[in-house]
Amino acid sequence: MSKVYIALQDNDLSRYIVEAIEDDNPDATVIHMPAMIRIENEGHLVVKRETVEEKLGRDWDVQELHLNLITLGGHVDEDDDQLSLTWNT
Amino acid sequence: MTIEIKTATLEPVRNTFAHIERRFGDKPATRYQEATYDVQSETNFHYKPLWQPEFELNDSRRTAVIMEDWYAFKDPRQFYYGTYVQQRARMQEVAENSYAFFEKRNLAASLGEDVREKVIRYLIPLRHVEHTANLNNLYGTANGYGTAMTQALLFDGMDRLGNAQYLSRIGLILDGNTGDSLSEAKACWMSDPVWQGVRALCEETLVTKDWFELFVAQDVVIDTLVYDLFFNQFDQWLVAHGGQDIAMLTEFMQEWSKEVTRWSDSVLKTAVASEANKVLISGWADKWRGKAAEALSPVAKEMLNGEALEQALSVLDKRLKKAGLEQ
Amino acid sequence: MAAKKLNLKDKYRLLTRDLDWEFSYQDRKEAFPYEEFEGIKITDWSKWEDPFRLTMDSYWKYQAEKEKKLYAIFDAFSQNNGHLNVTDPRYINALKIFLTGVSPLEYQAFQGFAHTGRQFGGVGARVACQMQSIDELRHVQTQIHAMSHYNKFFDGLQEWPHMHDRVWYLSVPKSFFNDARSAGPFEFMVAIGFSFEYVLTNLLFVPFMSGAAHNGDMATVTFGFSAQSDEARHMTLGLEVIKFLLEQHEDNVPIVQKWIDKWFWRGTRLLTIVAMMMDYMLPNKVMSWKEAWEVYFEEAGGALFKDLARYGIRMPKYADIIEKEKEHISHQAWWTFYTHGHAAGFHTWIPTDQELDWLSEKYPDTFDKYYRPRWELAKEMEAKGERFYTKALPQLCTTCQIPMLFTEMDDPTLTAYRSSDYQDNKYHFCSDGCKDIFDDEPEKYIQSWLPVHQIFQGNCGGPGVEEILSEYYRMNLGADNMDMKDSPDEKRWNAWKGVA
Repeated sequence: MSKVYIALQDNDLSRYIVEAIEDDNPDATVIHMPAMIRIENEGHLVVKRETVEEKLGRDWDVQELHLNLITLGGHVDEDDDQLSLTWNT
Repeated sequence: MTIEIKTATLEPVRNTFAHIERRFGDKPATRYQEATYDVQSETNFHYKPLWQPEFELNDSRRTAVIMEDWYAFKDPRQFYYGTYVQQRARMQEVAENSYAFFEKRNLAASLGEDVREKVIRYLIPLRHVEHTANLNNLYGTANGYGTAMTQALLFDGMDRLGNAQYLSRIGLILDGNTGDSLSEAKACWMSDPVWQGVRALCEETLVTKDWFELFVAQDVVIDTLVYDLFFNQFDQWLVAHGGQDIAMLTEFMQEWSKEVTRWSDSVLKTAVASEANKVLISGWADKWRGKAAEALSPVAKEMLNGEALEQALSVLDKRLKKAGLEQ
Repeated sequence: MAAKKLNLKDKYRLLTRDLDWEFSYQDRKEAFPYEEFEGIKITDWSKWEDPFRLTMDSYWKYQAEKEKKLYAIFDAFSQNNGHLNVTDPRYINALKIFLTGVSPLEYQAFQGFAHTGRQFGGVGARVACQMQSIDELRHVQTQIHAMSHYNKFFDGLQEWPHMHDRVWYLSVPKSFFNDARSAGPFEFMVAIGFSFEYVLTNLLFVPFMSGAAHNGDMATVTFGFSAQSDEARHMTLGLEVIKFLLEQHEDNVPIVQKWIDKWFWRGTRLLTIVAMMMDYMLPNKVMSWKEAWEVYFEEAGGALFKDLARYGIRMPKYADIIEKEKEHISHQAWWTFYTHGHAAGFHTWIPTDQELDWLSEKYPDTFDKYYRPRWELAKEMEAKGERFYTKALPQLCTTCQIPMLFTEMDDPTLTAYRSSDYQDNKYHFCSDGCKDIFDDEPEKYIQSWLPVHQIFQGNCGGPGVEEILSEYYRMNLGADNMDMKDSPDEKRWNAWKGVA
């Protein structure tokens, strides 16, 4: 199977996003690298706005992800409520 | 007591890049200078474009304008990417607050039916004109010569996309997010006689090949006339007829137009410094002035009155004269 | 009337999709003249999916925030003489290659995406290309600004645009992008948007940016992470282009496959210099080129091509050769630059004993057998005061324009050499991959401005190498070139470290 992944800058805001991702994707692996946090999962990964808002304690737009994003792998689907990554294999 | 923070002073070997030093002397350079001057590749290209083999990849012959130095087109705003987006972000924040206020207070409801209809018929179709301007400026970015010009053309092009999107949002506010106003405006654009001249003019610009001529046609002639007619004169009509709140939603375009005119004026002025360019560019201005006047006449008359177009033309003529074009 | 709530997809569609229209007064084909000549068939532009639906107002907002942060760091870096925190002054030579070789490619990307951003018939695709164009302008300008401080204190950065247009090894990256831009719009997108920005991007990013992180280069790291978030958008554009083309018409599949094969090959050839940088020019190592290739191509690329298999796309041709080459190319490339160090615009050196041991460890099958002996000889000669500089100019591959330094994978003592006869001339190539590319479009590649040929034809001044280097290339001889040992860079570094 193929892994999808997302890498975020290692800063204060990202920590909350990573927490949210871990909640919504319990099988995902989180790897800490210099200045970067990389999260991998088999086939599918989702970032949910509601969960991030819960962790952050404020309103959050899915598009704000652009401020923390480093790179990603997989087919992207983005709307008001989530951003997901998928490989079709 | 003052505290002096001592940083170790190391003597730099040089103050800036060699090409900047050759132009401006051995001193620290501005970020605009380092990001702009002589950045574009100039020589020893490897392959002719398959899609246009009569030119090199970067080729100043794609326009009839001749410049000894294409970097004479310094942008008076000194926009490189960083300063450009930060300036637009500031404007965007103001616009966002205005749009939010307009929606929160449901100011659309207090517009008369007459005003609402006129906005949909005259303002919203402009998004197709802005879309044309986006394409024309990108044409200049891709075919133009020298970073000073091509980056400014890209910024202009992306601005037009922003303007088109704001105009679309105005429509959506007026039609409660159904998109009906946008369809209505597009139907006008496609088949109502009042807009056909302008649509034909836009299509004609999209097949124009000389990128500098296109700059004159779009960024000077058409924009001056359109902005005066729609964002000045029509704006005044709206104020006089209970539509002054619409100005909150068009403020961005108006501010933008003022700012970008500083740039396009300086391009004109710089270009016509040579006699040959002056003749050429004056010819283009005259040609497109004629076409644009004919195209805009029906909508100017219907939207405003019989004198509106003349008024806009005098604004254009004043601008061209100031830039040093032959009249 | 309560307004209907619009979701992101619908809002974006309404704001952007319907802006274009069917022409009545002019022939639309005249406004969009380049869409058909490549044989690509587009049946329905409206099927284009916009992966990131960024409107301009959001673009300005988010990008401005990124710029504020980035420039605050650039300012702090230069105010505090951040260059002194670099691990080792040899590292700066990686930045010289970056500014002279890579930054100008970002500029060409700005130009190329502006072209497709105007020429594609579908507004969704155009907007995505236009955003990438302005992003690429961002990248070249922020790179220039990041390097600006280094240029004040080190040699070899000051003539970067002039050198990019002329210097022998810089025609490798330049011709790569010239090739893409001179191709039609669809090939450009497959070449750059997909092959380069999707398949191979991490192999450029990880070496340079992680290399910066591991070697105390705050300016470049910060630039790198800031730029990478733009890259995420570029990657999705690249993937969307491929999907779109393959789904539009089955006739597109063989054309796209041919482009994937060509650009994968040209791209990996281009990365040779990055491989060398990673293995030889970073005092603190990130990982070996071999490891990077395994993670970022064999694994990640593997997942990608498995996904694309359902369209009838297979792994790129010669992927198996590259797998073998990963054990060799960095060593062959650095050796070439070491021996031609008098003609390079950056310093070269013999790896330290520690570094030689690291190379042995990372390349157990090849380094000690084929490459360590060369360095032992080089050390001997240097100790005798005979630091070796070749007197010859290398033969270049006509396609990738790299010197013919690659070897046969089954016999690494044999230089890989291929040729083609075309009209009245014989053309030389480093590989089957490069020969294939030439044979498919000879009329294009015979135009190449090959630096060594040009020198011999007298088009680069001269008559001697010294004049060519100093007058035509504008190299500062004795400062930009030659060994790291005793260079002005090294002398200044030692003086600063005494002072600061």
